[in-house]
Amino acid sequence: MKLDDEEQAMLAGEMGPACAWALDHQIQIGRMFDAEDMVPVSQAHMMADPESLGEAGVAFVERLAGDGAQVSIPMITDPRGVDLEHYRPLGQTEEMADLERRFIAACQAMGIMMTNTCINYQTIMPPVFGDHVAYGDTGVVIYSNSVCGARSNFEGGPSALAAGLTGRTPRYGLHLDRHRRATMRFIVDQTPSDLMEWGVLGAAIGRQAGSYWQVPVIEGIERVPTSDEIKHFGAAMASYGSTPLFHIAGITPECRTVADVDGSDLPAHRIGVDEITTLRQPFGAAGEDVDVVVFAAPQLSLVEMGQLASLCAGRKRASSTDMIVCTSAQVYADAAAMGYVDAIQGFGGTVLTGTCFYQQYAREIGEANGWKRLLSNSAKIVNILGGYGYAPALATMEDCIASAEAGQVVDRGAGV
Amino acid sequence: MSIELKCHVGIGLPVTGTALVADDNFSARYDLDRIKGVFSRPQHKLVGQSYRDVILVLNTAKGGVATAWMLHEMKTRDMAPKAILFNAANTILAQGAALAEMAMCDRFEDGDVTSLIQTGDEVHVDPAAGLVTILNRDGVG
Repeated sequence: MKLDDEEQAMLAGEMGPACAWALDHQIQIGRMFDAEDMVPVSQAHMMADPESLGEAGVAFVERLAGDGAQVSIPMITDPRGVDLEHYRPLGQTEEMADLERRFIAACQAMGIMMTNTCINYQTIMPPVFGDHVAYGDTGVVIYSNSVCGARSNFEGGPSALAAGLTGRTPRYGLHLDRHRRATMRFIVDQTPSDLMEWGVLGAAIGRQAGSYWQVPVIEGIERVPTSDEIKHFGAAMASYGSTPLFHIAGITPECRTVADVDGSDLPAHRIGVDEITTLRQPFGAAGEDVDVVVFAAPQLSLVEMGQLASLCAGRKRASSTDMIVCTSAQVYADAAAMGYVDAIQGFGGTVLTGTCFYQQYAREIGEANGWKRLLSNSAKIVNILGGYGYAPALATMEDCIASAEAGQVVDRGAGV
Repeated sequence: MSIELKCHVGIGLPVTGTALVADDNFSARYDLDRIKGVFSRPQHKLVGQSYRDVILVLNTAKGGVATAWMLHEMKTRDMAPKAILFNAANTILAQGAALAEMAMCDRFEDGDVTSLIQTGDEVHVDPAAGLVTILNRDGVG
């Protein structure tokens, strides 16, 4: 890789050991993906919950902070694993909370802004078209690439941190025009009508795409989706397919027409009702007792909090069914001011701030609370939690609330 | 007696071990019980099998970014594969391998690595050379 004078100095340790580690790390990645040089980035976003980090990861970050590391660009964080105001009731331990506290202290020492959100594109500072960024969280990356037209690879925590320190990232993958062209073409028979359906459609496309290096272009969407709808669509696609970018003809900014992304001659894959039904089928559980209803993955926007509050008003969850809602601190403040938090809590829901359910020791809190059958409207979260010992099921937001009220899965057979 | 498989230049130091192979994908968060060191996702083709100290051979990566930290965490507890070989790695797996100092290679010239290598094969992985050698066989199949 070609390095400029500043990068050579970083690698030689002239800007401290943390920068030297960061650049060496980036060169290893750049070599594997044939990067020719580095590209400056305007922001970094780091996923790093204590379950993923473990003691070793926290100690690693503490060493960097102890070496005097300072980020050189605005750097923010993905959801935390422990809501320090509400961890004991979930069954999280002091050891988990201590790891979280140590990590937060190390990040703050390095100048990282603890935003603790996976919806920064709705709440903090969305990237602009053509903006090179180093974002973690697959949902953040796919939204930023596809909807905003920014340029980011999936940057895992270590690489996002390296980018925050050096202010750049290896120029490979989605930083290059040639990797942003469509490689698969999908024609959708029916435009989804709610958040869950958008997620299921994203999951169906992601499952067929199946690789980081595939770029789906989608036709047949008949209206402009809301930010929340396309958020669930992208998050599920990234979760099922490790897919970091999609185009929707006539909607996303790089794709006024399929020809703009070189997709005209690609064979068309049809996504009909059968494909959607097949994907949903394993997540059906009508009539079964439900232990916990979860709204998360991604964190809820203010609009989603308002929708949820409306559904909760004047109702109560069953005593046998818990309900967890995850949002960001930025949204929480507004949601509290507007009475949404009170309405959700009045229903018996717990609103967690700055965390996301699957990132907060999901196995341990499931065991501590006896949660097995989990219901959500997030196609992403039901994909993840099977490996954590849950029996996840999928339903619309309306049916999730009805299920929490009844203590059993209510599924009115929504189809896309 | 050996078979040499050429691949793209990878990450990490040379390592030798026994292969555990499946035509399936990989995420440390989605698929593993990292405390017990086994695949835990019921739908995964390796469910119930230990991944500790093996040369894991899979199709591609899936899902989220957590694997980048998790490989490092698993390695420090001595509860990790020796190497992971993919048909196509994603960025997260490569980043995780770099932090964990774990060998990782992908993009094999002779085709689908999950067919080229069989469970139980003795395999030597040399990421810098872009070369994987099956030590116990002299014919692919």
